[in-house]
Amino acid sequence: MSSSRKKLLLMGRSGSGKSSMRSIIFSNYSAFDTRRLGATIDVEHSHLRFLGNMTLNLWDCGGQDVFMDNYFTTQKDHIFKFVQVLIHVFDVESKSINKDIEIFIKALTNLQKHSPDAKVFVLLHKMDLVQVDKRDELFNIMMDKLQKISNPYQFKLIGFPTSIWNESLYKAWSQIVCSLIPNMNLFNENLIKFNSILDAEEIILFEKTTFLVISSTNSIKQQQLQNSNSDNLDPKRFEKISNVIKTYKQSISKLRTNFNNLIIKGSNDTQFFIDVLTDNMFIMIIMKDKPQDSKFVNNKEELIVLENIKAARKWFEKIESVK
Amino acid sequence: MEAMLVPNGSSNATILLMGLRRGGKSSICKVVFHNMQPLDTLYLESTSKPTTEQFQSLIDLSVMELPGQLNYFEPNYDSERLFQNIGALVYVIDSQDEYLNAITNLSMIIEYAVKVNPKINIEVLIHKIDGLSEDYRLDCQRDIMQRTGDELLDLGLEGIQVSFYLTSIFDHSIYEAFSRIVQKLIVELPYLESMLDNLIENSSIDKIFLFDINSKIYVATDSSPVDIQTYEVCSEFIDITIDLDNLYVNEETSSKEIKSISYLNNGSILYLKQMIRGLALVGIINNENKSEFSNNVTLIDYNVNLFKNGLKKMWESSRISD
Repeated sequence: MSSSRKKLLLMGRSGSGKSSMRSIIFSNYSAFDTRRLGATIDVEHSHLRFLGNMTLNLWDCGGQDVFMDNYFTTQKDHIFKFVQVLIHVFDVESKSINKDIEIFIKALTNLQKHSPDAKVFVLLHKMDLVQVDKRDELFNIMMDKLQKISNPYQFKLIGFPTSIWNESLYKAWSQIVCSLIPNMNLFNENLIKFNSILDAEEIILFEKTTFLVISSTNSIKQQQLQNSNSDNLDPKRFEKISNVIKTYKQSISKLRTNFNNLIIKGSNDTQFFIDVLTDNMFIMIIMKDKPQDSKFVNNKEELIVLENIKAARKWFEKIESVK
Repeated sequence: MEAMLVPNGSSNATILLMGLRRGGKSSICKVVFHNMQPLDTLYLESTSKPTTEQFQSLIDLSVMELPGQLNYFEPNYDSERLFQNIGALVYVIDSQDEYLNAITNLSMIIEYAVKVNPKINIEVLIHKIDGLSEDYRLDCQRDIMQRTGDELLDLGLEGIQVSFYLTSIFDHSIYEAFSRIVQKLIVELPYLESMLDNLIENSSIDKIFLFDINSKIYVATDSSPVDIQTYEVCSEFIDITIDLDNLYVNEETSSKEIKSISYLNNGSILYLKQMIRGLALVGIINNENKSEFSNNVTLIDYNVNLFKNGLKKMWESSRISD
């Protein structure tokens, strides 16, 4: 098995929402569409090309008890070998938490035996069903408990509260996927270098099919200030952008097409550029205009930014092809 | 005494929403004019008092909602003044319920309204069609139209224009219906349409809408037929533009007009530009030579600016004539 193939196990009890989130992130479903999904039978494999040379093998493991028993007995070699990431989904509204945890423990036991280096992510799903002011508390309590459970197996859990009805799902999956990209630093470095040329407010890289955030950098000024508290932008903005662009993709799929770029001259002198960067990536650049600029200059600048993106393509294609 | 109920005289752009109780009147109001999520309307309380709301768009629009359980024909109720001052009567029929009572109620109201105000537009929304199967929807519409016609005939009313719309708050049909209802109230509509026709002819635009940004109603469009999908894409393009823009807006009040362009894979271009008074022009441009940033867009920018100036002039002069 080549190193660029990543095996991700998606586990959790029946009805916890595994297939729903997979369909939203990787198959461009809207949250509403997931009502159509039936129960997953056995394991559903999906192979997704992610960033050129990386393939994500997502094993969506049906959560009914019959299948679960099989995973932990007859199929355990097959399932738990060569796993890079285990994503365990918990339904926060679940009636039988003990059973949920029992299965989690079984999964960890097997994982430790067969692929001890795997990363473990825990998604506390269906958070929208919990009252807004109680979400943080509940999340902390559950994560504490789960971490204690997994301590004997030497796994460091990374947890996220998620819901398919808001952008939290994108945040979680962004982090999961980013943990698999080997040359993350190269992306970051080059993005900062690119920004030193553009002097943009913010630059964000997205993966093309999923629109998950790969990397981002904020303005040079802010980097120099270092006190990130001065940042008064919405902390959830990346996930929101992913969400908005996904909606856009869905919307124009009605015209049986896809988009190449999107340029918005917003209010408040902000300009947005979303454009293809490489075969697998989109770039989003947010520019703030200096107020004294005349209209004429702005028009020209728009073309310059697009030219710059074109010029940067070569760079990023090179990074992507690095094995 | 009923002064609060009856809008002040001159403007005829008042829509009166009526219908039996639990027909979906408040839900329609909330979804169309307040951007409420359709699913959230489940939790709306039943309306007990007549309510009036004002909206500023190209025209000043007021929407009045009368609760279903009210009896309009009680002597102490000034129905006469009420009906005299409205431009459109919108009657909501719940298609998932027994609608015979509604039709009787509707024809009584029509009889009265036409007597008081012969110029009134009568619009019937056959609502909640999301629960009916595709085939049944048209049957239902035919049945309701037939029965209403019969009832009106029995009352001795002939030749009254009644428009019917199949609507649901869960898709774009309610916006489409309201667009048409509002358009009938805009005196300048023929001029707007010919301006838009002019614009698309000279800029190789496929289809263009003049939207009210807040409610996603289209105030005008060019005279080519409206394809519901094109409308949906254009309307969603507004949302997307505004959602992205809002993420990076600081507290300072925004002043500049929003403009957004998106090149699609099939060579078309989605184009949006903010106009005056909360309106936006959204269109699909047919970019046949597929070259990015050809002079085409610059030309369209120029033409659209001309259109905007025209719109400004039109609005100013219509204000003077009031």
